[in-house]
Amino acid sequence: MAKLFVLLVIILGVIALAQLMRVYELSSKLTNKKENEITNRDNRLNAKLMLGFMLFLFIGFIWLMLKYGWTGRGPAASVHGEQTDWLLNLNFVIIIIVFFLTNALLFVFAWKYVKKPGVPAFYYPHNNKLEMVWTVIPAIVLAVIIILGLRSWNEVTDDAKDDAIRVELFSYQFNWNARYAGVDNKLGKYDYKLTDDASNPLALMTTETIDKSIELMTSGPNGIEDLEAKLNDPKLVFSDKIRTEMEERLARKEQLIRLLHQMKARHTGETDKQAMDDFITDTLFLCKGENYEFTFRSKDVIHSAYIPHLRAQMNTVPGAITRFKLTPSMTTQEMREEKNDENFNYILMCNKICGGAHYNMNMIVVVLDKAEYKAWWKLKTEGAKDPANSKMYTTFPATFGESYYKTLQSAQEEMQKELDAAKVAEEVEGEEGEDAEGGEVEGAPAA
Amino acid sequence: MGAVAHEAHGHHDDHGHHEESFVSKYIFSQDHKMIGKQFLMTAVFMGVVAMLLSILFRIQLAWPGEESEFLSFFLGSDWAPNGVLSEDMYLGLVTIHGTIMVFFLLTGGLSGTFSNLLIPLQVGARDMASGFLNMLSYWFFFISSVLMFVSLFVETGPAMAGWTIYPPLSALPTAVQGSGMGMTLWLFSMSIFIASSLIGSLNYIVTVLNLRTKGMSMTRLPLTIWAFFVTAILGVLSFPVLLSAAVLLMMDRMAGTSFYLSDIIVQGEMLTQHGGSPLLYQHLFWFLGHPEVYIVLLPALGLSSEIISTNSRKPIFGYRAMIGSILAIGFLSFIVWGHHMFVTGMNPFLGSVFVFTTLLIAIPSAVKVFNYITTLWRGSIVYTPAMLFAIGLVSTFITGGVTGIILADSALDIAIHDTYFVVAHFHIVMGMSAVLGMFAGVYHWFPKMYGKMMNTRLGYAHFWITLIGAYGVFFPMHFVGLAGAPRRYYDYSVYESFDGSTFEMMMDLNVIITIFAIIAALGQILFLFNFFYSIFRGPKAPQNPWRSNTLEWTTPVEHIHGNWPGELPTVHRWPYDYSKPGQEEDFVPQTVPLAEGEEEH
Repeated sequence: MAKLFVLLVIILGVIALAQLMRVYELSSKLTNKKENEITNRDNRLNAKLMLGFMLFLFIGFIWLMLKYGWTGRGPAASVHGEQTDWLLNLNFVIIIIVFFLTNALLFVFAWKYVKKPGVPAFYYPHNNKLEMVWTVIPAIVLAVIIILGLRSWNEVTDDAKDDAIRVELFSYQFNWNARYAGVDNKLGKYDYKLTDDASNPLALMTTETIDKSIELMTSGPNGIEDLEAKLNDPKLVFSDKIRTEMEERLARKEQLIRLLHQMKARHTGETDKQAMDDFITDTLFLCKGENYEFTFRSKDVIHSAYIPHLRAQMNTVPGAITRFKLTPSMTTQEMREEKNDENFNYILMCNKICGGAHYNMNMIVVVLDKAEYKAWWKLKTEGAKDPANSKMYTTFPATFGESYYKTLQSAQEEMQKELDAAKVAEEVEGEEGEDAEGGEVEGAPAA
Repeated sequence: MGAVAHEAHGHHDDHGHHEESFVSKYIFSQDHKMIGKQFLMTAVFMGVVAMLLSILFRIQLAWPGEESEFLSFFLGSDWAPNGVLSEDMYLGLVTIHGTIMVFFLLTGGLSGTFSNLLIPLQVGARDMASGFLNMLSYWFFFISSVLMFVSLFVETGPAMAGWTIYPPLSALPTAVQGSGMGMTLWLFSMSIFIASSLIGSLNYIVTVLNLRTKGMSMTRLPLTIWAFFVTAILGVLSFPVLLSAAVLLMMDRMAGTSFYLSDIIVQGEMLTQHGGSPLLYQHLFWFLGHPEVYIVLLPALGLSSEIISTNSRKPIFGYRAMIGSILAIGFLSFIVWGHHMFVTGMNPFLGSVFVFTTLLIAIPSAVKVFNYITTLWRGSIVYTPAMLFAIGLVSTFITGGVTGIILADSALDIAIHDTYFVVAHFHIVMGMSAVLGMFAGVYHWFPKMYGKMMNTRLGYAHFWITLIGAYGVFFPMHFVGLAGAPRRYYDYSVYESFDGSTFEMMMDLNVIITIFAIIAALGQILFLFNFFYSIFRGPKAPQNPWRSNTLEWTTPVEHIHGNWPGELPTVHRWPYDYSKPGQEEDFVPQTVPLAEGEEEH
């Protein structure tokens, strides 16, 4: 019914417009008005509107700026971010001046030089001196912008210091994990072929994991033996499509198992220790004032690690490693006080389109002060003191800093409840929401 | 009409067919004027589709999760169950909106319409160098438009990897459902589009170089032609690279190659592809992608140069500097593509080179802006609807251009890359400027296209609604972006869980943006009405309605095959002799010989 009504309104509207046009046509025929001859009244009206629009634009801009500020995300919480903001502000001052000046010239001229009967236009085809001026002045300003920008860029992208804490950020549809390098501050080697979602989600490379992968690939569920058996079993009937898929899968696995055997042959076990003390979290804990070097990895498609408050961003590229270094300069607590919001958290968001739940792929970032961080670190690494005895993926509960995470979790749970109530029918979304909560890695079996 | 056409054909026999059937006149026409109109019609349709898509996802962004009859009406229960847009379709809408707007409206539509219409008319040629190739160019464009449109109705949805279709997302149907059939259609559609664009561009280049009439030296060409000419060169040099990117992607998708894929596990399936690089795709894509920005923009700037000069009744200021800037922008546009890739893991040193080249583009752009402003200075401005749109274009070119300086600065780009700041920037500088330029062109050359006049008052209303609406949409987006909102997010209420104040700000602004978007979209109804009404019922156009100098206004109002009855006109001066002292009228057409002792310019 509503649709019909809307349709009716649209049709009547068009008819009304057509009738108005008809009236307009007849009246212009009577007055002998021609569409291409613009009356002085129309000219003056539009000229005034030009000026009016300029005011609308400028006032709108100033209002938005007063209301939201030009960096709505608050102060920078990293050392390089402070410099970024300084540079951003400088650039903004420059472009805002240009914005106001040139737009004002444009609209004021558009208003002032509207056709006045009897006043001819001024024939003024060129003036080399003037043109030189507005080539050279932008060039000088841009030179300053380029020099300052590149200085900052070189610092940000420079190699990290040797003592920087190494953390790997691992991305996949649709979540993040952080892998800390542990006591030795060396990230263990990895190879995507060793991925096993249950025991080795980040595909770390040790003698043990290689063996396990070979075993899984050979005789695990849906392994080579399994697939061959199914394909050769005369009692099982598959559709062509499924059979082709299975054959393709088998071919892939046969190719991969050869590579795994090669890997095993080359692997000496020297680097196992580096991997053994690595630990994985689903929240990124950082320490104020420490240097970090992040390496980024992706399991499936391109993602991007974007931490707006830390002014940091880097894509994660499947098959390649990317890097970004930073030093946090404000703890979460300090930022909460600054923003006057006790539920505030730093966030790492995915910022490269990566599939349906792209918008929901984020990870809480917690910046602790030195003492808190030390305690958290101790808890996380205790089990790894003797790598020979310890198991991989120490999964001690992180009591320190967990309170931050808890507040968030409860908030998220509440929101989830509300959402669920709002759309009971949508079970699919609820499942995805659970996935985004993560936790599967923390809960990975320790054995 | 027929009689005039026959008369015209009497003078030149190369255009053989005398009796034009309906099919050869309106469908498989080889006449550049008809082909231009065909491009325009197709582009208008595609533009309306793309605009509608944007309204659909704007509704979701402003009122996330709320039921909307509008959404369920257009998307049905599959893509908008209970009137709430699905996550996947959101990405599909965003992707197809971008693709259609950039390629089909602003490349095919803008360049296709006006290059076809104006190049022969303004250089003084009977038609394009090859009428047949020209027809082929349109029909390829048409087929690719149909394919792209059809992809919206595929069961697994249209392409969903963003208009840049970065692999691996676009290569793996298991990563997102739109990368199945939808992406296949996208790739085929774009490949055909590229063929269309190449054929068209080659034709434009040859026509401009070889078919100029007597006296029409390169430095007497209207700036429109210079813009179309450089645009066509950019297209010829860059579109093939996109084709190669698309072909490699097709091979990754269908033949199991690993150009862009390496070490991937998707949906639990371990792929064997190894050694490819997604960055390779990005380099190839943006090698087209950045010149593409200027392929979109330059024709709009060319059209507005002509319109601003005509309606200010003043010569365009710094004609040679304008040509120089067009050439400089065209050249520089090829060596700046890396600024789309500062945070992709590309070598930082390479990044700094791209910072330098990118910021250089600001110089010719600034020259153009100041030249426009000086053209207005002490003019005698006549506000035709076209003039309004042209001035609007200059304003958006400034407003969108200055934020480019921030984004080109790699150190700052880290903080705002892929946020709404970028969305705001390119929608204003590329989207709005080009759309305003296109509207300006339609209003200005409508009398030439259809022999009728459009209604001026409706044009005014259309302009003011469009300008206010569009600024209202894209201006607040800068602030959303500066607050750190990533683009292509389905629902910004995720902010609620970690940053309450930013969440509120985003929700507020998103509602404002959507309201302006709806207003602007409704405003386009005025245009559509005016456009179609005037085609059939508009008052008859005089031969030179805007008292303009260029050659197209010396042709008869009724279209004839071959453009000029009798001999081709001879050109004696540049096209910008407006209000020249010592002349009777305030315009002197290019065909008027120089008086004794008169300096050219």
